[in-house]
Parts: sequence; structure tokens; C-alpha cells
Amino acid sequence: MARAAVLGRLSWRLGEVAELIDETPRVRSIVLDVPDWPGHRAGQHVDVRLTAEDGYQAQRSYSIASVPEDPRVSITVELLPDGEVSAYLVGELRLGDQFELRGPIGGYFVWEAQMGGPLLLVAGGSGIVPLMSMLRHREASGASVGARLVYSSRSWEDIIYRDELERLSARANGVQVFHTLTRSQPEGWTGYARRVDGAMLSETAWPASSAPMAFVCGPTPFVESVASALVLLGYPATSVKTERFGPTGG
Amino acid sequence: MEGSETRTDGNAIAGVLQEVFVREVTTGRIACASCAKVEPIGAEHAYTQAPGIVLRCRHCEDVLLVVTQPPGRTLLAFPRSRWMEIAAEP
Repeated sequence: MARAAVLGRLSWRLGEVAELIDETPRVRSIVLDVPDWPGHRAGQHVDVRLTAEDGYQAQRSYSIASVPEDPRVSITVELLPDGEVSAYLVGELRLGDQFELRGPIGGYFVWEAQMGGPLLLVAGGSGIVPLMSMLRHREASGASVGARLVYSSRSWEDIIYRDELERLSARANGVQVFHTLTRSQPEGWTGYARRVDGAMLSETAWPASSAPMAFVCGPTPFVESVASALVLLGYPATSVKTERFGPTGG
Repeated sequence: MEGSETRTDGNAIAGVLQEVFVREVTTGRIACASCAKVEPIGAEHAYTQAPGIVLRCRHCEDVLLVVTQPPGRTLLAFPRSRWMEIAAEP
């Protein structure tokens, strides 16, 4: 086999749906058995390709939610308005169904336990997905590095992985989670209720003096405003890694 | 058409670049010929709404790399980049 084929060539593999988890009314996790999956690092993504009976193909990228330690691959998909791919994945996919994926893809927005920290993760909406892979990896690898998550959701019901985050934060040396709910808050909510801003980050983020590694993921305007705020707080720009969802074809 | 709303970053084009270079290249750096800043490809700005992909300098927005893929071939242009690094795989 050619060396290139072993190292870097992307090939499409058929994944089979092993488990479906409804995370919120609009978000679903899809756990896949993927034969010969080469393994991945937390933060990487996959391309998904759907082919209709008439041959029409649609392709999208999704962050991997599962940990490198897990032999199965999971993605978490948000149903987007007019999204042809997300509508199928969130609404129609059944256990045992198969679709094509390739990966893992990317290497810049990646965290591995040996990279250290402390970790500052800032998520907007479904931008939590690659960060969740990092938190799960931190847990699975027994890493002792400190971790904080600032997570912006529209409402309590829209918080993806809410119960799991609660479990992870309740553990000794668990991740510290700061939720902000931007559109509606449950009665008696005492947490943040606005978009992530510099004042919020100055209260929640590790001080720049502790040399944290920051990962920010979400819609483009969210990511850029958070990254700018962190730099104003003294984070070196090179310590703030960003992944923008940008416009999405759904 | 290339305002902040359509902007993503080098991560979003990692798949296309891996097809082309047969390597993961987004951790490698690219040097802007206009402002001389050097950044990992994953950190640069990317626009994918055009018929092709455009990578722009995150500092001065000049065009570093354009990838277009008409049927059967791939065209690469480096209008305003001085060099691009491709790391050996581990």
C-alpha cells in the first residue's frame, strides 16, 4: 500500500447507527460503528456524505463528540432551518441506518491531555460539541489539568449535554461550568443571562497569568467577540484557538 | 460578499486541503506576503461560499490561498502568500 494512503488520504467509510440520543428538542447525538476507524483526537471533525436514490449528494462537516478512547464515533447534530442534511440526521435517521463519513479531519483545533493547560473552553450553542470531546477526553485520560467551561445557550432546554456536564462538574477536580442563558431563563435562575462578554470572562476565565489554553467554538460573531475579549484580558492571541461555524448549509 | 457573517476559518477547509495535500496541513503555517504575519492555516480566515475556497490573512485579509476544483482537477493559487509549511506526519 502506498505510504500516502496510510498516512493522509481521506477515504469514505460506511458508519452504522448504533445509538441515537435526543440531547434537546432540536439536537441529536448519533453514535456510529465505523469499521476500521483510524482513531481521532479531541476537537477533530468528520465529513458526512448523504446520497439520495437518484444519486444527489450532500456533504457537511460535523465535530466529533466522542472521545478518542471510545471505539465508536459520535457526532451531535443541530436541526437547522431549511437544513436538508440536518433534517435527515435529526429527524429521519433510525438505528441500523448507514451513511458515509470520512475523517478524522483537522489538527489545529485539537486538545490532548499531554498538552496540559489549564483549559478554558468557551462554547456558543452547538459549538459545545468539539469542546465536549475535550472534556470527555480529560475525564477518560484522568488528566488533572484544571478546566473551565463558559457555555452560552438560548434557554435551559437548549443546553446540550446538560446532565453529563453536571455530572462532570460534580466530580472531584471536575470541570467548572458557567452557563449563560441568552433568551429565556427558568424561574429563579441566578446564573448569567446575557451574551458572553469581557466582564463575564473576567469573572469566569483563568487569569492570563496562569498561562491557560483557550478553545472557543460557535457561530462566527460569537467566536470573534470572545476571542477579542480574551486578548483584552491578556491572553496571548496564540493561546486562543478558535473554530467558527460560520454560515452553514444545514 | 465576504463580510464576517460568511467567514469561517482554516479548520473548516481542513478536509479539502487534506484531499489536495494528502496531509493534515492546518497546523502548518503560512506567511502573508502583504503584512508578513505568519500563522497556522487553521487560524486564518476562510471563505467557502465562493465557487472554491479562499483563505485570507487574519490580520490584513489579503488572499493567501485559493483552491478551486473543476471536474477532474484541482487549481491552487497563492496570490499573496510567501510560503506555506507542510509538516511531516508523526
